[in-house]
Amino acid sequence: MSLIKQIASSRSSLLKPFITSTNLVRRSFSSDSSSESALSIETSIPFIGHRIDPPSRTVETTPNELMDFFKTMVLMRRMEIAADSLYKAKLIRGFCHLYDGQEAVAIGMEAAITKKDAIITAYRDHCIFLGRGGTLVEAFAELMGRRDGCSKGKGGSMHFYKKDSGFFGGHGIVGAQVPLGCGIAFGQKYSKDGSVTFTLYGDGAANQGQLFEALNMSALLDLPVILVCENNHYGMGTAEWRAAKSPAYYKRGDYVPGLKVDGMDALAVKQACKFAKEYVLKNGPIILEMDTYRYHGHSMSDPGSTYRTRDEISGVRQERDPIERIRKLLLAHELSTEKDLKDIEKSARKEVDEAIAKAKESPMPDPSELFTNVYVKGYGVESFGADRKELRAVLP
Amino acid sequence: MAAVSQAIAATVALSSSNSSTTSFESKRSRFLPIKSIPFSESKKGKIVACRSNGNNSSFGSNPREKAAASTETKSGGGHELLLFEALREGLEEEMDRDPRVCVVGEDVGHYGGSYKVTKDLANKFGDLRVLDTPIAENSFTGMAIGAAMTGLRPVIEGMNMGFLLLAFNQISNNCGMLHYTSGGQFTIPVVIRGPGGVGRNLGAEHSQRLESYFQSIPGIQMVACSTPYNAKGLMKAAIRSENPVILFEHVLLYNLKETIPDEEYVLSLEEAEMVRPGEHITILTYSRMRYHVMQAAKTLVNKGYDPEVIDIRSLKPFDLYTIGNSIKKTHRVLIVEECMRTGGIGASLTAAINENFNDYLDAPVKCLSSQDVPTPYAGTLEEWTVVQPAQIVTAVEQLCQ
Repeated sequence: MSLIKQIASSRSSLLKPFITSTNLVRRSFSSDSSSESALSIETSIPFIGHRIDPPSRTVETTPNELMDFFKTMVLMRRMEIAADSLYKAKLIRGFCHLYDGQEAVAIGMEAAITKKDAIITAYRDHCIFLGRGGTLVEAFAELMGRRDGCSKGKGGSMHFYKKDSGFFGGHGIVGAQVPLGCGIAFGQKYSKDGSVTFTLYGDGAANQGQLFEALNMSALLDLPVILVCENNHYGMGTAEWRAAKSPAYYKRGDYVPGLKVDGMDALAVKQACKFAKEYVLKNGPIILEMDTYRYHGHSMSDPGSTYRTRDEISGVRQERDPIERIRKLLLAHELSTEKDLKDIEKSARKEVDEAIAKAKESPMPDPSELFTNVYVKGYGVESFGADRKELRAVLP
Repeated sequence: MAAVSQAIAATVALSSSNSSTTSFESKRSRFLPIKSIPFSESKKGKIVACRSNGNNSSFGSNPREKAAASTETKSGGGHELLLFEALREGLEEEMDRDPRVCVVGEDVGHYGGSYKVTKDLANKFGDLRVLDTPIAENSFTGMAIGAAMTGLRPVIEGMNMGFLLLAFNQISNNCGMLHYTSGGQFTIPVVIRGPGGVGRNLGAEHSQRLESYFQSIPGIQMVACSTPYNAKGLMKAAIRSENPVILFEHVLLYNLKETIPDEEYVLSLEEAEMVRPGEHITILTYSRMRYHVMQAAKTLVNKGYDPEVIDIRSLKPFDLYTIGNSIKKTHRVLIVEECMRTGGIGASLTAAINENFNDYLDAPVKCLSSQDVPTPYAGTLEEWTVVQPAQIVTAVEQLCQ
């Protein structure tokens, strides 16, 4: 429920007609569940635990939550596809790593935690930023390098941050965010505020040494950190069986317990994250491996088909797509109709287009912004432009 | 060497006791408008920011006389201690003052610190605040930076500065640049400190000078301490600063003894220290080379030269204000440093001086640095990689012709 309130306010006007329409739907189909009642749904496959008893397969959820999942995932999918076209139109430059196919991880995680808990991830961060309460305009403006972006246009695709809702970014170097995440958990333990940190990394980063170093220290200090491996089976262009001798990433913690989760099932992700949060506040770190898949290549400059077959990609899209799974659930439990779901998709598309238009209106940053935020307080340090005489600024 | 350090200690004690609390505004009135950099205002509040004025006594007079004179003029008494104790005092006072300050490093807790800088702090503050880490520089530096993102103020200790090369990614990308790439959302108030520099027969890998590698990382400040007085002041200022600060200590300077004031003082992170005012030539130096320069200065005074010695202390950004005023007076510059010739602090300082003060120079800027070789183990060879006082004297004589 809280997720509904925290999504961009522009969507609130969209929510009212749909809630009433679902009520109408419910009455005409004479189901006896009201919009707040709980549903028990089984996850696609059972969880597999390493040194821990996995949680139950049955997930409690409500119709509102499922509708929420659907709407937000559709919005995320739409945003990533729009970013794809913006990149091809050269409005987004540099690196652009797209998250479509993996939305269930972002959504399920958000459903299980609060904004006081911290999330830190690598460069595939657009959807997680959205899930944490970032607005579409901020995201697109940052991608296009405009002033209204979340990092004032100075970060780019790989550096989205939202401090007030506990989103710590957005990091370009593979694996460097894992020690940072353990440090955030250290800060949470130091201040004893009962929150946890979710540190996301990919199957490629799972082979980084600093991950094991950080894991060792977190286990020694019982830090409230959950390491989530988003295993999309390809580290850039290298398949996981060619990069890792042991691709069972949830077992790699050795003395640290692990859980393998179907990352394309938002409800399974939600169950695992809730379980992990409770575990970690008492017992120290845990590793979650999310078995997920990305439809795009590693980034926009990678077609994504040189190291895997198109059949594989379309196969996963047909059988395991996270949005389709929620759609089928909604239709099977008669919580919505085909037409309503199509309308949601259309309005998401419209919303994304409006956000892009608004972001395009935002200007590029002022040249003086080159020198702001280098230091917290520049102490009169000077910085020079190319010709050493004309462009001089005192760092503020 | 011991006699020299004690004599120097006495001189420094004298200069620090004579320093009055000059406000920055009075310094500003001497600011000449041409190419100097305007001095910024600093927050003062209740902190007494001391600036060590140059003392007027000439070098070479009897140190015992000076010490006797200093006890008469000193205000509160002061207490004598070694440099590592001064660092510890500064650290302890800051940890008492702010519960968010914590120490992260190898052997800092139960062992007491490999150079005793954190001795007994774990007993006083507990194991979480003085954290013993495994030998994993990359990740514990990353962890401290992550903790700083949540509001803590960690002091990261590298057992030897050279080990922090393993953490270079974290220091460069996450420490230096995070404030910028997040558009100002996150501040990283960490202090990264550790001993570096050429010691006694430590070998190449344990005698590295990392100032040159870190100096181009945007967003960090670098300072180097050389006396117990400025070690404590700079440590406190670094902890209180909102920017990431790298504090360079030197392995051979940990046992320097000096009398420092009892009352609390914090030095400015961007100021240089006037060690010995003079007329003929400006000698810029930092860290251990300060003592080689002062030793050479004794010889130079006997030969009739009057060098002005400035300990630049702030390696990034340079205190071009003090340096500029000195160059305008003397018109000759000699830089003596322990960094390598190629791409070292001296190289950047030479470029900065040439750009800003070219009109005031009567002779080209001369830079004496260590040789561009790995530091050998053999004592005689090691001596020759580093600048020796005799070379400083020769260089001054050449410049002053």
